[in-house]
Amino acid sequence: MEIQVLFSLPLIIASFFAVFMPVFDAILKKNKQIIFLFTLLNFLLVIVADIFIFASPEFFTGVLKSGLENSDFGKFLSDAVSLGGYTSFFDLLFAIAGILTLFAAKDYLKKESYELKEFYSLVSFSFAGMLFIAHANNLLILFLGIELMSISFFVLSGFFRNNILSIEASLKYFILGAFATGFLIFGFAMLYGATGSLELKVIAQKISFNQVTPIYFALAIGLIFVGLAFKASTFPFHQWAPDVYTGAPTVVTGFMSTAGKTAAFAAFIVITKAIFLSNLVIDNATVNPPVIAITRNSREILAIIAALTMLVGNITALMQTNVKRMLAFSSVAHAGYILLGIVSNNSNGWSGIVFYAFAYVFMQIGAFVIVSLIEKENGSNLNLSDYNGLSKSHPFLSASMAIFMFSLVGLPPFAGFFGKYYLFLSVIQSGYLWLALVAVIASIISIYFYIGLIINMYFKEKEGEPLTVQCKTSGISIILSLIGVIFLGIFPSLLMNPLLNLFK
Amino acid sequence: MYNIVWLIPLLPLIGFIFLGLVGKKLKSESLIGTIGSATVGISFLIAFLMFLKMLSTPLEAPVIVNVYKWISAGYFSINIAYQIDQLSILYTMIVTGVGFLIHIYSIGYMHGDRGFFRFFAYLNLFIFMMLNLVLANNFLLTFLGWEGVGLSSYLLIGFWYDRKFQGIRIIWTGHAANKAFIMNRIGDFGFLIAMFMIFVNFGTLEYTELHNILVSNTISYQYSSAIGIITILLFLAATGKSAQIPLAVWLPDAMAGPTPVSALIHAATMVTAGIFLVARNSLLFALAPSTMNVIAVIGISTAFFAATIGTVQNGIKKVLAYSTVSQLGFMFAALGVGAYTAAVFHVMMHAFFKGLLFLGAGSVMHGMHNEEDIKKMGGLQKYMPITYKTFYVASLAIAGIPLFAGFFSKDEIMWQTYNHGSAIAWFVLALSAFMTAFYMFRLVNLVFHKEERFDHKHIHPHESPKTMTIPLIILSVLSALGGFLGIPYILGFWFSHNPNFLDNFLEPVFKDANVVLGFSENHQLGGSEYLFMLISVTIALFSIWTAYKWYYYDDKWSVPRKLVLKFKGIYKLLWNKYFVDEVYFTTIVDPLITSSREGLWKFFDVKIIDGLVNGLASITTFFGNQVRKIQTGFAQTYAIVMLAGAIILISWLFFGL
Repeated sequence: MEIQVLFSLPLIIASFFAVFMPVFDAILKKNKQIIFLFTLLNFLLVIVADIFIFASPEFFTGVLKSGLENSDFGKFLSDAVSLGGYTSFFDLLFAIAGILTLFAAKDYLKKESYELKEFYSLVSFSFAGMLFIAHANNLLILFLGIELMSISFFVLSGFFRNNILSIEASLKYFILGAFATGFLIFGFAMLYGATGSLELKVIAQKISFNQVTPIYFALAIGLIFVGLAFKASTFPFHQWAPDVYTGAPTVVTGFMSTAGKTAAFAAFIVITKAIFLSNLVIDNATVNPPVIAITRNSREILAIIAALTMLVGNITALMQTNVKRMLAFSSVAHAGYILLGIVSNNSNGWSGIVFYAFAYVFMQIGAFVIVSLIEKENGSNLNLSDYNGLSKSHPFLSASMAIFMFSLVGLPPFAGFFGKYYLFLSVIQSGYLWLALVAVIASIISIYFYIGLIINMYFKEKEGEPLTVQCKTSGISIILSLIGVIFLGIFPSLLMNPLLNLFK
Repeated sequence: MYNIVWLIPLLPLIGFIFLGLVGKKLKSESLIGTIGSATVGISFLIAFLMFLKMLSTPLEAPVIVNVYKWISAGYFSINIAYQIDQLSILYTMIVTGVGFLIHIYSIGYMHGDRGFFRFFAYLNLFIFMMLNLVLANNFLLTFLGWEGVGLSSYLLIGFWYDRKFQGIRIIWTGHAANKAFIMNRIGDFGFLIAMFMIFVNFGTLEYTELHNILVSNTISYQYSSAIGIITILLFLAATGKSAQIPLAVWLPDAMAGPTPVSALIHAATMVTAGIFLVARNSLLFALAPSTMNVIAVIGISTAFFAATIGTVQNGIKKVLAYSTVSQLGFMFAALGVGAYTAAVFHVMMHAFFKGLLFLGAGSVMHGMHNEEDIKKMGGLQKYMPITYKTFYVASLAIAGIPLFAGFFSKDEIMWQTYNHGSAIAWFVLALSAFMTAFYMFRLVNLVFHKEERFDHKHIHPHESPKTMTIPLIILSVLSALGGFLGIPYILGFWFSHNPNFLDNFLEPVFKDANVVLGFSENHQLGGSEYLFMLISVTIALFSIWTAYKWYYYDDKWSVPRKLVLKFKGIYKLLWNKYFVDEVYFTTIVDPLITSSREGLWKFFDVKIIDGLVNGLASITTFFGNQVRKIQTGFAQTYAIVMLAGAIILISWLFFGL
């Protein structure tokens, strides 16, 4: 197989399924099982393709690390998308998140009597969108990816169409999302105006040679950041997130708050890798052209946003008694942690982001899957007190939940610890010690509510009847998440080494 | 021999996994107990054999045994590797040896508990984590153990979660567990930042490598501010784990856990992790004289304040808890003046006698239906003779009566404090030692002697079973004789040239730190040391005599009663532990919670945002009306915030050009 074809396989597979899923849907009228399997196949094929990519000799050493220009097919693609390199890890990440969500969704939707086939199509659409975000090499492709993902999410959050909360979440998300998109697209236009190109590679070149119009460039960065910060739910653009995450179906929340958020950060990486000058250039700059001032200022701004996001997310989560809402606020805080990697603006930071994203997908989806199992009709049974005595009635669920909580807190030897560790270290290395201090303080605050849940599960007695839980396919998600959380904690370098290599 | 060191932590891990997975199905308590204890016992044997080997062929440099590469990421690589040297092997023997005895004891103590298997699984987990902490060859692995022991301590404090427990804002054991965990995490903040700073400054997290870097540049690193900050942060971590001021308040509440847990984790092993951390980085600390002073001051004040609280408490475990805090203060005082060996010596002796005291207290409570109030005991001497005798030995040891363990170690600390510190420091420690002997013998008299003040109808005191008394006897032998490991020069030099075994043994570990501190090899044999020794013995004896006079020869306890009436204010202060908990709650915890609820959530979301919206009413009316038609009205406020944020962000960039 042509190497370029192999490297573009994940995109081809995802696009194929996204396009044809509605067709399958129409052909296989009543058979939900097959649609479910098709979606699963979509994710599995992407993973298999990625394994072949990782195994190919060109992956680390070959031309594809830098570009694809040596063939017609490659040239055609390289204007639009970048293949290979770190982007392949994002494919893997999104596919894993998809699989975890899929297994949990089957139980959950059946329980809530909403097992409609559209769900699977929508997940496939958003999946394709995410892949295009991570692979984008062109502002238009990036925008298409973001919109494809976002619009699927708008619909998914309103998927319980008879549930008022779900509908409200969907509308709120849609209106505010449209508002944010306005900023984003305007920013892209400004960036085009400033540099004269939509291609990120060209844009990066122009910036490094200082061939930009500073005013448009500054405006562009500001507008783009607003748009992306909204998608990543960082302060002060985060307020939609708790409402939407609480109102949306729980498995959708799990997917949106992990894969969706990671995709937003993938967009951040794609953009900032192009428009930020490298730390080396900034540190050694003798003259002070506007481009350098802009990069410096935007990193300052991002640092402040990150600090506030971590603090606000965690402190607000302290007061929540609804577990889903607590996790929603804490997911805002996690966006703050991940933003540290963008602030560092170096390979350690970027690899830290991807590592953290992996850890986050496992622990957060794992937690949401358990929430979805405990939940009852119409969003009841979500309070902290509903988890009382869970360790007695469901020792496996509560032990898994405890491990996810410990990982979210950042206790070693779970994956979350190394995620935080790499990110914190990377900001210290790029000179933001104060930010690392804030991050550690924020994560200390977060202990209180994560541990609170464990107390309810282990140290309190359930009053009334013990809970009954229907756990069939969800168990697979939980076990996979557990494996991920523990494996990445014990062998972090298996993931970290290739990432560092690829970001160099 | 040394390369099988990984077996030492592995065995308790296997025990934990096995008991955790299939423990519920094992019906026999003795089988569970045997598995739990055997794993730790075998680990002890391995450690002991290594110790013997170390004695026959002295180890000049630490042996590093790599297990596997944990992280290797170009700029940053960490092995799971264990470091065997005199310090780690000593700690390992304390952890597994005392741990083994307490496991055996728990078989009797936890008999019939519905969580029997869970208890042993947690204990094994604790031992595994503690061994990682002390055997690690790098900060990260130590940190893993550090967090792990915190976690298992958390699980064990809350083990009897359905029981009530009294404390400030604590009504049941879960709260106590929570408090311990959070206090510890504040200390961990110091550990994490220190770890980052060490890596950024020295490019390594391995102890031996860091040591080598420091040794080759002692001059340039002395007084460096980076080392000052790093050591202060590490010490912050130590104050959390070892319950020193300002993070001391969690330990007394940790007594909510079962008594063997208090003995093992909150007296003998985990709480000495802070001392280990400082001793492990002795050279680093030696290079930061100001940090050393802070450590000494904090240690001495903790020793003093905790001892004063101990004199008025009535809960048997509470007295012992404050005694532990106070004794840990002694150890930090020693570290602060650079007497590392004395600190480690006291860690060891304290593990023996304080472990014994807690197990004795457990035995008393076991025979008294979990009664903790010493005012409701008395006369137990005849019901539980073994518990009484062993408890008495431990009390003599902690009081510092010559030939018992505590005499040698405490005396060493006090002498070194005077020698390398100041007379005031010595004096404060001497006062604390006086109070130590007093509260211990107050305890002995109120619990075991004189009239029986308990309710004979409901309580029938009895001696504990053999599984509990045998560990007591072994520990009492160690408490009585253990001190001979570190005979002071001034006494020992009559017997042989250099009799202080422990000092010789640990010499390679602390050699470089001692050079930096300017301590010479030759120990001066001044007559003044005799004098100080004489003073401490007199203090101890006088204090014990006072306790007997007030509580034994006076049935009405008239002197203490009078004192309480006369010094009401002081008594109230001590009884309420200087109101530290209350102060923390009102100044830190409450404001945080209020600001979360009232500030960020209600105030920010509701008031500020709404206020903003109202203020900008004219601008937003159009927009708001459009939105309100299809929405609840909140999305518009969110949009306004976004807009405000966007304006700030963009103008910053725009005007920052």
